[in-house]
Amino acid sequence: MNKLPIESGLILAGILFILGLISVMVRRNIIFMLISVEIMLNASGLAFIVAGSRWAQADGQVMFIFILTMAAAEVSVGLALILQIYHQLKTLDSDAADKMNG
Amino acid sequence: MGFYIASAIAILATIMVITRYNMIHALLYLVVSFLAVAVIFYMLGAPFMAALEVIVYAGAIVVLIIFVIMMLNLKEESVDQERKWFSKNIWVGPGILSAVLLGELVYIIVTADPVMLDNTLVDAKAVGLSLYGPYIIGVELSGLLLMAGIVGAYHLGRQRRKVMHRFLEMTKE
Repeated sequence: MNKLPIESGLILAGILFILGLISVMVRRNIIFMLISVEIMLNASGLAFIVAGSRWAQADGQVMFIFILTMAAAEVSVGLALILQIYHQLKTLDSDAADKMNG
Repeated sequence: MGFYIASAIAILATIMVITRYNMIHALLYLVVSFLAVAVIFYMLGAPFMAALEVIVYAGAIVVLIIFVIMMLNLKEESVDQERKWFSKNIWVGPGILSAVLLGELVYIIVTADPVMLDNTLVDAKAVGLSLYGPYIIGVELSGLLLMAGIVGAYHLGRQRRKVMHRFLEMTKE
């Protein structure tokens, strides 16, 4: 078994991040956009883990824990926002929320 | 080799996530994608992070999204729809991908030492020492962020109760 080259791990993280970015730009369903943001956060965490494994330091895993915390807080607030949008607009289309009814 | 199998599963499952029309099907593939990334973490010498990935991402966050989806379409829920959602060809795709991942994990555990790729094992003790040593300010900021998240989710998720008068307004019970 040989050591994993750092390029392949980073390329995987990049592919996952690009997939999430494409999805958050293409999809109009607001729950799918939230899921895509989760995919992108997960890909960035994977990049941190790969780099931390390359130099055998714990810093990459510490950064992954911070990303995990941030993702949990983000998804709870995002889902509360989705509930409010659905109760006010009766749809999950993100284009329906482009007017400010101040 | 194992890394490339797991990364192929991760990419395939993510592509299936972003091309589904039904949210529950997309979430099934999303769980498979997170599990594949967890196997990659295990191979890279971060077993504690693999466990956290399964527990927090594939467990808590996906369950939270499923709760909200079930709260949203409570009205058009019917037995026929449930039966259609859980038909056989829905779960056979994520099942096959998960079975490949499970076989790979069993192979790693049975045959080799915990670190398959000769990367250095950085265990939870080193992570904890680093987390509560040089990164203690980050831990405190994370606590603040979680507190703000709780307060924000409570404030945003509260239903604004409409003031209703029984003579002035017809209520449809």
